[in-house]
Amino acid sequence: MSDNNQPILKVENIHVHYGSIHAIKGISFEVHEGEIVTLIGANGAGKSTTLNTISCLLHPTSGSISFLGETLAKIQPHKVVEKGLAQVPEGRRVFAQMTVQENLEMGAYTQTNAQDNAEELEKVFALFPRLQERRKQIAGTLSGGEQQMLAMGRALMSRPKLLMLDEPSMGLAPILVEQIFDIIADLHKTGATILLVEQNAQMALSIASRGYVLETGRIVTTGTGQELLSSPAIKKAYLGG
Amino acid sequence: MVFLNFFISGISLGSIYAIIALGYTMVYGIAKMLNFAHGDVIMVGAYVCFYAVARYELPPVLGVLIAMLLCTFLGIIVERLAYKPLRQAPSLAVLITAIGVSYFLQNAALLLWSSNPKVFPSIIGRGAYKLFDGALSVSHVTVLTIVTCLLIMIVLSLFINKTRLGKAMRACSEDKSAAQLMGINVNATISLTFAIGSGLAAVAGALLCSAYPTLMPTTGSLPGIKAFTAAVFGGIGSIPGAFLGGLMLGVIEIFAKAYISSQLSDAVVFAVLIIVLLVKPAGLLGKQVTEKV
Repeated sequence: MSDNNQPILKVENIHVHYGSIHAIKGISFEVHEGEIVTLIGANGAGKSTTLNTISCLLHPTSGSISFLGETLAKIQPHKVVEKGLAQVPEGRRVFAQMTVQENLEMGAYTQTNAQDNAEELEKVFALFPRLQERRKQIAGTLSGGEQQMLAMGRALMSRPKLLMLDEPSMGLAPILVEQIFDIIADLHKTGATILLVEQNAQMALSIASRGYVLETGRIVTTGTGQELLSSPAIKKAYLGG
Repeated sequence: MVFLNFFISGISLGSIYAIIALGYTMVYGIAKMLNFAHGDVIMVGAYVCFYAVARYELPPVLGVLIAMLLCTFLGIIVERLAYKPLRQAPSLAVLITAIGVSYFLQNAALLLWSSNPKVFPSIIGRGAYKLFDGALSVSHVTVLTIVTCLLIMIVLSLFINKTRLGKAMRACSEDKSAAQLMGINVNATISLTFAIGSGLAAVAGALLCSAYPTLMPTTGSLPGIKAFTAAVFGGIGSIPGAFLGGLMLGVIEIFAKAYISSQLSDAVVFAVLIIVLLVKPAGLLGKQVTEKV
Protein backbone atom coordinates (compact mmCIF):
# COMPACT_ATOMS: atom_id res chain seq x y z
CA MET A 1 0.00 0.00 0.00
CA SER A 2 2.95 2.25 -0.68
CA ASP A 3 2.32 4.35 -3.73
CA ASN A 4 -1.16 5.73 -3.66
CA ASN A 5 -0.67 8.32 -6.38
CA GLN A 6 -0.12 5.93 -9.24
CA PRO A 7 -3.23 3.77 -9.64
CA ILE A 8 -2.85 0.08 -10.50
CA LEU A 9 -5.81 0.34 -12.84
CA LYS A 10 -7.01 3.48 -14.53
CA VAL A 11 -10.10 3.45 -16.73
CA GLU A 12 -10.59 6.66 -18.69
CA ASN A 13 -13.81 7.57 -20.41
CA ILE A 14 -14.44 4.21 -22.11
CA HIS A 15 -17.34 3.54 -24.43
CA VAL A 16 -18.29 -0.03 -25.33
CA HIS A 17 -20.75 -1.15 -27.99
CA TYR A 18 -22.34 -4.54 -28.59
CA GLY A 19 -23.20 -4.12 -32.24
CA SER A 20 -25.59 -1.16 -32.19
CA ILE A 21 -26.15 -1.26 -28.43
CA HIS A 22 -24.20 1.40 -26.55
CA ALA A 23 -23.54 -0.54 -23.33
CA ILE A 24 -20.94 1.65 -21.62
CA LYS A 25 -21.30 5.38 -22.09
CA GLY A 26 -18.05 6.92 -20.99
CA ILE A 27 -17.04 5.67 -17.58
CA SER A 28 -13.84 6.48 -15.67
CA PHE A 29 -12.51 5.07 -12.42
CA GLU A 30 -9.32 4.06 -10.68
CA VAL A 31 -8.11 1.28 -8.44
CA HIS A 32 -5.10 1.89 -6.19
CA GLU A 33 -2.83 -0.69 -4.68
CA GLY A 34 -4.32 -2.41 -1.63
CA GLU A 35 -7.85 -1.16 -2.22
CA ILE A 36 -11.12 -2.99 -2.60
CA VAL A 37 -13.07 -1.00 -5.13
CA THR A 38 -16.61 -2.00 -5.91
CA LEU A 39 -18.83 -1.30 -8.87
CA ILE A 40 -22.45 -1.68 -7.86
CA GLY A 41 -25.60 -1.32 -9.87
CA ALA A 42 -28.66 -3.13 -11.11
CA ASN A 43 -28.81 -5.87 -13.71
CA GLY A 44 -27.81 -4.49 -17.10
CA ALA A 45 -26.00 -1.45 -15.72
CA GLY A 46 -22.82 -2.54 -17.51
CA LYS A 47 -20.82 -3.99 -14.63
CA SER A 48 -19.79 -7.24 -16.29
CA THR A 49 -19.22 -5.47 -19.57
CA THR A 50 -16.77 -3.19 -17.80
CA LEU A 51 -14.83 -6.13 -16.34
CA ASN A 52 -14.78 -7.98 -19.66
CA THR A 53 -13.48 -4.85 -21.34
CA ILE A 54 -10.68 -4.60 -18.79
CA SER A 55 -9.90 -8.29 -19.43
CA CYS A 56 -9.80 -7.46 -23.17
CA LEU A 57 -12.54 -9.98 -23.98
CA LEU A 58 -14.29 -6.89 -25.36
CA HIS A 59 -12.64 -3.82 -26.82
CA PRO A 60 -13.76 -0.26 -26.11
CA THR A 61 -14.80 1.87 -29.09
CA SER A 62 -13.11 4.82 -27.44
CA GLY A 63 -11.34 5.70 -24.21
CA SER A 64 -8.40 3.97 -22.62
CA ILE A 65 -7.54 1.48 -19.91
CA SER A 66 -4.13 1.39 -18.32
CA PHE A 67 -2.87 -1.28 -15.98
CA LEU A 68 0.36 -0.75 -14.01
CA GLY A 69 1.04 2.27 -16.20
CA GLU A 70 0.71 0.31 -19.43
CA THR A 71 -2.13 0.84 -21.91
CA LEU A 72 -4.26 -2.23 -22.61
CA ALA A 73 -5.21 -1.55 -26.21
CA LYS A 74 -6.04 -4.21 -28.77
CA ILE A 75 -4.19 -6.94 -26.96
CA GLN A 76 -5.42 -10.49 -26.74
CA PRO A 77 -7.12 -11.61 -23.51
CA HIS A 78 -4.49 -14.22 -22.65
CA LYS A 79 -1.79 -11.52 -22.63
CA VAL A 80 -3.69 -9.57 -19.99
CA VAL A 81 -3.41 -12.47 -17.56
CA GLU A 82 0.36 -12.55 -18.08
CA LYS A 83 0.46 -8.91 -17.00
CA GLY A 84 -1.09 -9.78 -13.64
CA LEU A 85 -4.80 -9.24 -14.08
CA ALA A 86 -7.13 -12.07 -13.13
CA GLN A 87 -10.90 -12.21 -13.43
CA VAL A 88 -13.30 -14.52 -11.61
CA PRO A 89 -16.11 -14.49 -14.16
CA GLU A 90 -19.80 -14.18 -13.47
CA GLY A 91 -21.40 -17.58 -12.95
CA ARG A 92 -18.00 -18.98 -11.84
CA ARG A 93 -17.32 -20.79 -15.12
CA VAL A 94 -15.21 -23.56 -13.61
CA PHE A 95 -14.11 -26.28 -16.03
CA ALA A 96 -16.86 -28.70 -15.04
CA GLN A 97 -15.32 -31.85 -16.49
CA MET A 98 -11.90 -31.29 -14.99
CA THR A 99 -10.88 -32.05 -11.41
CA VAL A 100 -10.51 -29.37 -8.75
CA GLN A 101 -6.74 -29.75 -8.94
CA GLU A 102 -6.72 -29.45 -12.75
CA ASN A 103 -8.85 -26.32 -12.55
CA LEU A 104 -6.32 -24.79 -10.19
CA GLU A 105 -3.48 -25.84 -12.51
CA MET A 106 -5.23 -24.04 -15.35
CA GLY A 107 -5.30 -20.95 -13.15
CA ALA A 108 -1.52 -21.12 -12.99
CA TYR A 109 -1.24 -21.56 -16.77
CA THR A 110 0.83 -18.40 -17.21
CA GLN A 111 3.15 -19.33 -14.34
CA THR A 112 5.66 -21.98 -15.32
CA ASN A 113 7.78 -22.26 -12.18
CA ALA A 114 6.66 -25.59 -10.67
CA GLN A 115 7.92 -24.83 -7.18
CA ASP A 116 6.19 -21.44 -6.99
CA ASN A 117 3.01 -23.07 -8.26
CA ALA A 118 3.19 -25.74 -5.56
CA GLU A 119 3.58 -23.03 -2.91
CA GLU A 120 0.69 -21.05 -4.34
CA LEU A 121 -1.44 -24.20 -4.35
CA GLU A 122 -0.72 -24.63 -0.62
CA LYS A 123 -1.79 -21.02 -0.01
CA VAL A 124 -5.03 -21.53 -1.92
CA PHE A 125 -5.72 -24.73 0.00
CA ALA A 126 -5.07 -22.87 3.27
CA LEU A 127 -7.60 -20.24 2.20
CA PHE A 128 -10.13 -22.80 0.96
CA PRO A 129 -9.67 -26.06 2.92
CA ARG A 130 -12.73 -27.50 1.16
CA LEU A 131 -10.86 -27.48 -2.12
CA GLN A 132 -8.07 -29.55 -0.63
CA GLU A 133 -10.54 -32.16 0.58
CA ARG A 134 -12.02 -32.33 -2.90
CA ARG A 135 -8.93 -31.91 -5.04
CA LYS A 136 -9.56 -35.12 -7.03
CA GLN A 137 -13.26 -34.44 -7.48
CA ILE A 138 -14.73 -33.36 -10.83
CA ALA A 139 -15.52 -29.65 -10.55
CA GLY A 140 -19.02 -30.02 -12.02
CA THR A 141 -20.07 -32.07 -8.99
CA LEU A 142 -19.19 -29.32 -6.48
CA SER A 143 -21.87 -27.20 -4.83
CA GLY A 144 -22.36 -23.59 -5.91
CA GLY A 145 -20.39 -22.22 -2.97
CA GLU A 146 -17.54 -24.64 -3.56
CA GLN A 147 -17.48 -23.73 -7.25
CA GLN A 148 -17.21 -20.05 -6.30
CA MET A 149 -14.28 -20.91 -4.01
CA LEU A 150 -12.70 -22.90 -6.84
CA ALA A 151 -13.15 -20.02 -9.29
CA MET A 152 -11.51 -17.64 -6.80
CA GLY A 153 -8.70 -20.07 -6.00
CA ARG A 154 -8.14 -20.64 -9.70
CA ALA A 155 -7.77 -16.90 -10.30
CA LEU A 156 -5.40 -16.54 -7.34
CA MET A 157 -3.15 -19.26 -8.81
CA SER A 158 -1.97 -16.77 -11.43
CA ARG A 159 -0.68 -14.56 -8.58
CA PRO A 160 -2.56 -11.51 -9.86
CA LYS A 161 -1.66 -7.93 -9.00
CA LEU A 162 -5.33 -7.10 -9.42
CA LEU A 163 -8.13 -9.58 -8.77
CA MET A 164 -11.47 -8.82 -10.39
CA LEU A 165 -14.54 -10.58 -9.02
CA ASP A 166 -17.78 -10.59 -10.98
CA GLU A 167 -20.84 -11.21 -8.79
CA PRO A 168 -19.28 -13.69 -6.37
CA SER A 169 -22.53 -13.82 -4.37
CA MET A 170 -24.71 -14.78 -7.33
CA GLY A 171 -26.99 -17.73 -6.62
CA LEU A 172 -25.53 -18.51 -3.20
CA ALA A 173 -27.33 -19.00 0.10
CA PRO A 174 -26.91 -16.04 2.53
CA ILE A 175 -24.59 -17.99 4.83
CA LEU A 176 -22.30 -18.80 1.91
CA VAL A 177 -22.38 -15.20 0.70
CA GLU A 178 -21.11 -14.17 4.10
CA GLN A 179 -18.39 -16.79 3.98
CA ILE A 180 -17.26 -15.65 0.52
CA PHE A 181 -17.19 -12.01 1.63
CA ASP A 182 -15.18 -12.92 4.72
CA ILE A 183 -12.62 -14.51 2.43
CA ILE A 184 -12.55 -11.42 0.21
CA ALA A 185 -11.96 -9.27 3.30
CA ASP A 186 -9.19 -11.65 4.40
CA LEU A 187 -7.54 -11.43 1.00
CA HIS A 188 -7.67 -7.66 1.29
CA LYS A 189 -5.96 -7.82 4.70
CA THR A 190 -3.08 -9.77 3.17
CA GLY A 191 -2.56 -6.90 0.74
CA ALA A 192 -4.53 -8.02 -2.32
CA THR A 193 -5.98 -5.37 -4.60
CA ILE A 194 -9.55 -6.19 -5.60
CA LEU A 195 -12.10 -4.85 -8.04
CA LEU A 196 -15.47 -6.22 -7.00
CA VAL A 197 -18.62 -6.11 -9.09
CA GLU A 198 -21.80 -6.82 -7.17
CA GLN A 199 -25.56 -6.56 -7.20
CA ASN A 200 -25.53 -7.18 -3.47
CA ALA A 201 -24.67 -3.55 -2.71
CA GLN A 202 -24.97 -3.90 1.07
CA MET A 203 -22.34 -6.64 1.28
CA ALA A 204 -20.05 -5.08 -1.30
CA LEU A 205 -20.05 -1.61 0.27
CA SER A 206 -19.51 -2.97 3.76
CA ILE A 207 -16.06 -4.28 2.82
CA ALA A 208 -15.12 -1.77 0.09
CA SER A 209 -12.60 1.04 0.38
CA ARG A 210 -14.44 2.94 -2.32
CA GLY A 211 -17.43 2.35 -4.52
CA TYR A 212 -18.86 3.53 -7.83
CA VAL A 213 -22.54 3.29 -8.65
CA LEU A 214 -23.33 2.35 -12.25
CA GLU A 215 -26.63 3.08 -13.96
CA THR A 216 -27.28 2.15 -17.60
CA GLY A 217 -23.66 2.50 -18.65
CA ARG A 218 -22.78 5.62 -16.63
CA ILE A 219 -21.26 6.23 -13.23
CA VAL A 220 -23.81 8.24 -11.25
CA THR A 221 -22.24 8.40 -7.79
CA THR A 222 -18.94 7.64 -6.14
CA GLY A 223 -17.61 7.71 -2.59
CA THR A 224 -16.09 5.59 0.15
CA GLY A 225 -17.92 2.42 1.11
CA GLN A 226 -19.25 4.03 4.30
CA GLU A 227 -20.39 7.21 2.51
CA LEU A 228 -22.34 5.25 -0.04
CA LEU A 229 -23.83 2.94 2.60
CA SER A 230 -25.22 5.91 4.50
CA SER A 231 -26.31 7.95 1.46
CA PRO A 232 -30.13 8.24 1.43
CA ALA A 233 -30.33 8.01 -2.35
CA ILE A 234 -28.27 4.83 -2.43
CA LYS A 235 -30.26 3.37 0.43
CA LYS A 236 -33.46 3.97 -1.45
CA ALA A 237 -32.27 2.65 -4.79
CA TYR A 238 -30.08 -0.30 -3.83
CA LEU A 239 -30.41 -1.19 -0.20
CA GLY A 240 -34.16 -1.55 0.04
CA GLY A 241 -34.92 1.72 1.86
CA MET B 1 -10.85 -69.61 -37.27
CA VAL B 2 -12.56 -67.83 -40.15
CA PHE B 3 -14.44 -65.81 -37.60
CA LEU B 4 -11.17 -64.80 -35.93
CA ASN B 5 -9.73 -63.84 -39.29
CA PHE B 6 -12.68 -61.54 -40.01
CA PHE B 7 -12.49 -60.14 -36.51
CA ILE B 8 -8.83 -59.21 -36.91
CA SER B 9 -9.53 -57.62 -40.31
CA GLY B 10 -12.34 -55.66 -38.66
CA ILE B 11 -10.11 -54.42 -35.85
CA SER B 12 -7.49 -53.41 -38.40
CA LEU B 13 -9.93 -51.46 -40.57
CA GLY B 14 -11.45 -50.05 -37.39
CA SER B 15 -8.03 -48.89 -36.25
CA ILE B 16 -7.71 -46.78 -39.38
CA TYR B 17 -11.20 -45.34 -38.81
CA ALA B 18 -10.25 -44.66 -35.20
CA ILE B 19 -7.11 -42.71 -36.15
CA ILE B 20 -9.12 -40.61 -38.61
CA ALA B 21 -11.99 -40.20 -36.15
CA LEU B 22 -9.59 -38.76 -33.58
CA GLY B 23 -9.00 -35.83 -35.92
CA TYR B 24 -12.73 -35.22 -36.31
CA THR B 25 -13.49 -35.53 -32.64
CA MET B 26 -10.61 -33.36 -31.38
CA VAL B 27 -11.41 -30.57 -33.81
CA TYR B 28 -15.10 -30.80 -32.95
CA GLY B 29 -14.32 -30.79 -29.23
CA ILE B 30 -12.34 -27.57 -29.46
CA ALA B 31 -13.50 -25.61 -32.48
CA LYS B 32 -17.10 -26.98 -32.31
CA MET B 33 -17.02 -27.54 -36.06
CA LEU B 34 -17.23 -30.56 -38.34
CA ASN B 35 -14.14 -30.46 -40.50
CA PHE B 36 -15.39 -32.32 -43.56
CA ALA B 37 -12.07 -31.65 -45.30
CA HIS B 38 -10.40 -34.00 -42.84
CA GLY B 39 -10.87 -37.04 -45.12
CA ASP B 40 -9.06 -35.26 -47.93
CA VAL B 41 -6.07 -34.55 -45.72
CA ILE B 42 -5.73 -38.37 -45.54
CA MET B 43 -5.55 -38.46 -49.32
CA VAL B 44 -2.91 -35.70 -49.43
CA GLY B 45 -0.89 -37.58 -46.82
CA ALA B 46 -1.12 -40.77 -48.84
CA TYR B 47 0.04 -39.01 -52.04
CA VAL B 48 2.99 -37.39 -50.28
CA CYS B 49 3.94 -40.75 -48.82
CA PHE B 50 3.49 -42.40 -52.27
CA TYR B 51 5.83 -39.94 -53.99
CA ALA B 52 8.39 -40.11 -51.22
CA VAL B 53 8.49 -43.91 -51.20
CA ALA B 54 7.68 -44.95 -54.79
CA ARG B 55 9.26 -42.11 -56.77
CA TYR B 56 12.09 -40.85 -54.59
CA GLU B 57 12.69 -44.25 -53.03
CA LEU B 58 13.01 -42.92 -49.52
CA PRO B 59 12.63 -45.39 -46.66
CA PRO B 60 8.91 -45.78 -45.79
CA VAL B 61 9.35 -44.45 -42.24
CA LEU B 62 10.83 -41.26 -43.65
CA GLY B 63 8.00 -41.09 -46.20
CA VAL B 64 5.39 -41.27 -43.45
CA LEU B 65 7.24 -38.64 -41.41
CA ILE B 66 7.39 -36.25 -44.37
CA ALA B 67 3.68 -36.83 -45.02
CA MET B 68 2.91 -36.11 -41.35
CA LEU B 69 4.94 -32.93 -41.44
CA LEU B 70 3.32 -31.62 -44.63
CA CYS B 71 -0.19 -32.55 -43.48
CA THR B 72 0.43 -30.83 -40.15
CA PHE B 73 1.28 -27.66 -42.06
CA LEU B 74 -1.68 -28.18 -44.37
CA GLY B 75 -3.99 -28.50 -41.35
CA ILE B 76 -2.65 -25.31 -39.77
CA ILE B 77 -2.87 -23.37 -43.05
CA VAL B 78 -6.42 -24.53 -43.82
CA GLU B 79 -7.51 -23.54 -40.31
CA ARG B 80 -5.81 -20.15 -40.54
CA LEU B 81 -7.13 -19.26 -44.01
CA ALA B 82 -10.53 -20.88 -44.14
CA TYR B 83 -11.87 -21.39 -40.61
CA LYS B 84 -10.27 -18.75 -38.39
CA PRO B 85 -11.98 -15.80 -40.15
CA LEU B 86 -15.29 -17.58 -39.43
CA ARG B 87 -14.74 -18.01 -35.68
CA GLN B 88 -17.81 -15.85 -34.88
CA ALA B 89 -19.87 -16.96 -37.89
CA PRO B 90 -22.90 -19.27 -37.68
CA SER B 91 -21.96 -22.94 -37.69
CA LEU B 92 -23.68 -23.52 -41.03
CA ALA B 93 -21.24 -21.10 -42.73
CA VAL B 94 -18.32 -23.01 -41.25
CA LEU B 95 -19.78 -26.34 -42.35
CA ILE B 96 -20.23 -25.17 -45.95
CA THR B 97 -16.67 -23.80 -45.91
CA ALA B 98 -15.36 -27.17 -44.76
CA ILE B 99 -17.17 -28.87 -47.65
CA GLY B 100 -15.63 -26.24 -49.95
CA VAL B 101 -12.16 -26.96 -48.61
CA SER B 102 -12.81 -30.66 -49.18
CA TYR B 103 -13.61 -30.08 -52.88
CA PHE B 104 -10.68 -27.70 -53.18
CA LEU B 105 -8.25 -30.33 -51.91
CA GLN B 106 -9.72 -33.04 -54.15
CA ASN B 107 -9.50 -30.85 -57.23
CA ALA B 108 -6.03 -29.62 -56.38
CA ALA B 109 -5.00 -33.28 -56.14
CA LEU B 110 -6.66 -33.96 -59.50
CA LEU B 111 -4.62 -31.16 -61.04
CA LEU B 112 -1.35 -32.08 -59.38
CA TRP B 113 -1.50 -35.84 -59.52
CA SER B 114 -4.15 -36.61 -62.21
CA SER B 115 -7.11 -38.93 -61.84
CA ASN B 116 -5.15 -42.07 -62.78
CA PRO B 117 -5.17 -44.40 -59.79
CA LYS B 118 -1.72 -45.00 -58.35
CA VAL B 119 -0.72 -48.32 -56.89
CA PHE B 120 0.47 -47.55 -53.41
CA PRO B 121 3.49 -49.55 -52.28
CA SER B 122 2.85 -51.01 -48.84
CA ILE B 123 4.97 -49.25 -46.26
CA ILE B 124 5.79 -52.58 -44.64
CA GLY B 125 5.69 -55.11 -47.50
CA ARG B 126 3.00 -57.64 -48.37
CA GLY B 127 4.09 -60.45 -46.05
CA ALA B 128 1.93 -62.17 -43.47
CA TYR B 129 2.32 -64.04 -40.22
CA LYS B 130 0.99 -67.62 -40.45
CA LEU B 131 -0.49 -68.90 -37.23
CA PHE B 132 -2.02 -72.28 -36.31
CA ASP B 133 -0.21 -74.09 -39.17
CA GLY B 134 -1.37 -71.55 -41.70
CA ALA B 135 -5.01 -71.63 -40.70
CA LEU B 136 -4.81 -68.02 -39.63
CA SER B 137 -2.90 -65.52 -41.72
CA VAL B 138 -2.38 -62.00 -40.44
CA SER B 139 -0.63 -59.56 -42.76
CA HIS B 140 2.16 -57.33 -41.54
CA VAL B 141 0.09 -54.28 -42.52
CA THR B 142 -2.72 -55.45 -40.24
CA VAL B 143 -0.39 -55.87 -37.28
CA LEU B 144 1.29 -52.53 -37.95
CA THR B 145 -2.08 -50.78 -38.21
CA ILE B 146 -3.39 -52.17 -34.92
CA VAL B 147 -0.15 -51.46 -33.07
CA THR B 148 0.06 -47.92 -34.45
CA CYS B 149 -3.52 -47.20 -33.44
CA LEU B 150 -2.94 -48.45 -29.90
CA LEU B 151 0.25 -46.42 -29.63
CA ILE B 152 -1.44 -43.25 -30.87
CA MET B 153 -4.30 -43.78 -28.45
CA ILE B 154 -1.96 -44.20 -25.47
CA VAL B 155 0.27 -41.24 -26.34
CA LEU B 156 -2.70 -38.99 -27.08
CA SER B 157 -4.46 -39.90 -23.82
CA LEU B 158 -1.31 -39.15 -21.85
CA PHE B 159 -0.89 -35.87 -23.69
CA ILE B 160 -4.49 -34.76 -23.10
CA ASN B 161 -4.66 -35.83 -19.46
CA LYS B 162 -1.18 -35.20 -18.14
CA THR B 163 0.49 -32.32 -19.96
CA ARG B 164 -0.05 -28.60 -19.52
CA LEU B 165 -0.91 -28.10 -23.19
CA GLY B 166 -3.23 -31.10 -23.21
CA LYS B 167 -5.13 -29.80 -20.21
CA ALA B 168 -5.31 -26.38 -21.85
CA MET B 169 -6.95 -28.10 -24.84
CA ARG B 170 -9.56 -29.62 -22.56
CA ALA B 171 -10.13 -26.27 -20.89
CA CYS B 172 -10.65 -24.62 -24.30
CA SER B 173 -13.06 -27.32 -25.36
CA GLU B 174 -15.17 -26.69 -22.26
CA ASP B 175 -15.23 -22.91 -22.15
CA LYS B 176 -13.21 -20.69 -24.45
CA SER B 177 -13.66 -17.37 -22.67
CA ALA B 178 -12.92 -18.91 -19.27
CA ALA B 179 -9.81 -20.46 -20.84
CA GLN B 180 -8.76 -17.03 -22.09
CA LEU B 181 -9.20 -15.67 -18.58
CA MET B 182 -6.64 -18.29 -17.46
CA GLY B 183 -4.14 -16.87 -19.94
CA ILE B 184 -4.54 -19.68 -22.45
CA ASN B 185 -4.02 -18.65 -26.07
CA VAL B 186 -7.18 -20.10 -27.59
CA ASN B 187 -6.21 -19.50 -31.22
CA ALA B 188 -2.88 -21.25 -30.76
CA THR B 189 -4.66 -24.14 -29.06
CA ILE B 190 -7.06 -24.51 -31.97
CA SER B 191 -4.12 -24.49 -34.41
CA LEU B 192 -2.42 -27.17 -32.34
CA THR B 193 -5.55 -29.31 -32.51
CA PHE B 194 -5.71 -29.05 -36.29
CA ALA B 195 -1.99 -29.82 -36.46
CA ILE B 196 -2.34 -33.00 -34.39
CA GLY B 197 -5.48 -34.13 -36.24
CA SER B 198 -3.90 -33.58 -39.66
CA GLY B 199 -0.64 -35.25 -38.69
CA LEU B 200 -2.64 -38.30 -37.60
CA ALA B 201 -4.58 -38.17 -40.86
CA ALA B 202 -1.29 -38.61 -42.75
CA VAL B 203 -0.53 -41.74 -40.70
CA ALA B 204 -4.04 -43.01 -41.44
CA GLY B 205 -3.51 -42.32 -45.15
CA ALA B 206 -0.30 -44.34 -45.28
CA LEU B 207 -1.89 -47.25 -43.39
CA LEU B 208 -5.12 -47.14 -45.39
CA CYS B 209 -3.32 -47.23 -48.73
CA SER B 210 -0.99 -49.96 -47.52
CA ALA B 211 -4.03 -52.13 -46.86
CA TYR B 212 -6.12 -50.95 -49.86
CA PRO B 213 -3.48 -49.86 -52.38
CA THR B 214 -5.55 -47.87 -54.89
CA LEU B 215 -4.75 -44.18 -54.51
CA MET B 216 -6.96 -41.55 -56.22
CA PRO B 217 -7.93 -37.94 -55.43
CA THR B 218 -11.20 -39.24 -53.96
CA THR B 219 -9.54 -41.92 -51.83
CA GLY B 220 -10.08 -39.99 -48.62
CA SER B 221 -13.80 -39.23 -48.99
CA LEU B 222 -15.46 -42.47 -48.02
CA PRO B 223 -13.08 -43.37 -45.16
CA GLY B 224 -13.50 -39.75 -44.04
CA ILE B 225 -17.29 -40.10 -43.89
CA LYS B 226 -17.03 -43.50 -42.18
CA ALA B 227 -14.62 -42.11 -39.61
CA PHE B 228 -16.92 -39.18 -39.00
CA THR B 229 -19.68 -41.73 -38.41
CA ALA B 230 -17.36 -43.57 -36.03
CA ALA B 231 -16.74 -40.34 -34.12
CA VAL B 232 -20.49 -39.73 -33.77
CA PHE B 233 -21.03 -43.40 -32.91
CA GLY B 234 -18.53 -43.19 -30.04
CA GLY B 235 -19.70 -39.73 -28.95
CA ILE B 236 -18.28 -36.76 -30.81
CA GLY B 237 -15.82 -34.73 -28.75
CA SER B 238 -14.74 -37.81 -26.79
CA ILE B 239 -11.31 -39.28 -27.55
CA PRO B 240 -11.95 -42.76 -26.10
CA GLY B 241 -15.27 -42.55 -27.96
CA ALA B 242 -13.50 -42.07 -31.29
CA PHE B 243 -11.32 -45.08 -30.53
CA LEU B 244 -14.23 -47.31 -29.53
CA GLY B 245 -16.47 -46.03 -32.32
CA GLY B 246 -13.76 -46.61 -34.93
CA LEU B 247 -13.02 -50.15 -33.83
CA MET B 248 -16.70 -51.10 -33.60
CA LEU B 249 -17.48 -49.62 -36.98
CA GLY B 250 -14.62 -51.56 -38.58
CA VAL B 251 -15.70 -54.85 -37.01
CA ILE B 252 -19.37 -54.34 -37.89
CA GLU B 253 -18.47 -53.44 -41.47
CA ILE B 254 -16.28 -56.52 -42.00
CA PHE B 255 -18.79 -58.87 -40.36
CA ALA B 256 -21.60 -57.41 -42.44
CA LYS B 257 -19.50 -57.94 -45.55
CA ALA B 258 -18.67 -61.50 -44.53
CA TYR B 259 -21.96 -62.76 -43.17
CA ILE B 260 -24.68 -60.62 -44.68
CA SER B 261 -23.76 -59.10 -48.02
CA SER B 262 -20.80 -57.08 -49.22
CA GLN B 263 -23.19 -54.71 -51.00
CA LEU B 264 -25.25 -54.12 -47.90
CA SER B 265 -22.34 -53.64 -45.50
CA ASP B 266 -22.52 -49.84 -45.46
CA ALA B 267 -26.29 -49.98 -44.97
CA VAL B 268 -25.80 -52.27 -41.98
CA VAL B 269 -23.16 -49.93 -40.53
CA PHE B 270 -25.44 -46.92 -40.76
CA ALA B 271 -28.43 -48.88 -39.45
CA VAL B 272 -26.43 -49.71 -36.35
CA LEU B 273 -25.47 -46.05 -36.04
CA ILE B 274 -29.13 -45.03 -36.16
CA ILE B 275 -30.07 -47.57 -33.49
CA VAL B 276 -27.26 -46.44 -31.21
CA LEU B 277 -28.20 -42.80 -31.61
CA LEU B 278 -31.84 -43.60 -30.87
CA VAL B 279 -30.85 -45.19 -27.58
CA LYS B 280 -27.92 -42.91 -26.73
CA PRO B 281 -28.24 -39.64 -28.65
CA ALA B 282 -24.83 -38.42 -27.49
CA GLY B 283 -23.10 -41.59 -28.75
CA LEU B 284 -21.62 -44.48 -26.79
CA LEU B 285 -19.23 -42.45 -24.61
CA GLY B 286 -20.51 -38.96 -25.31
CA LYS B 287 -21.58 -36.76 -22.44
CA GLN B 288 -25.08 -35.42 -22.47
CA VAL B 289 -24.44 -31.71 -22.28
CA THR B 290 -27.17 -29.70 -20.66
CA GLU B 291 -27.09 -26.11 -21.78
CA LYS B 292 -27.02 -23.72 -18.85
CA VAL B 293 -28.57 -20.33 -19.16
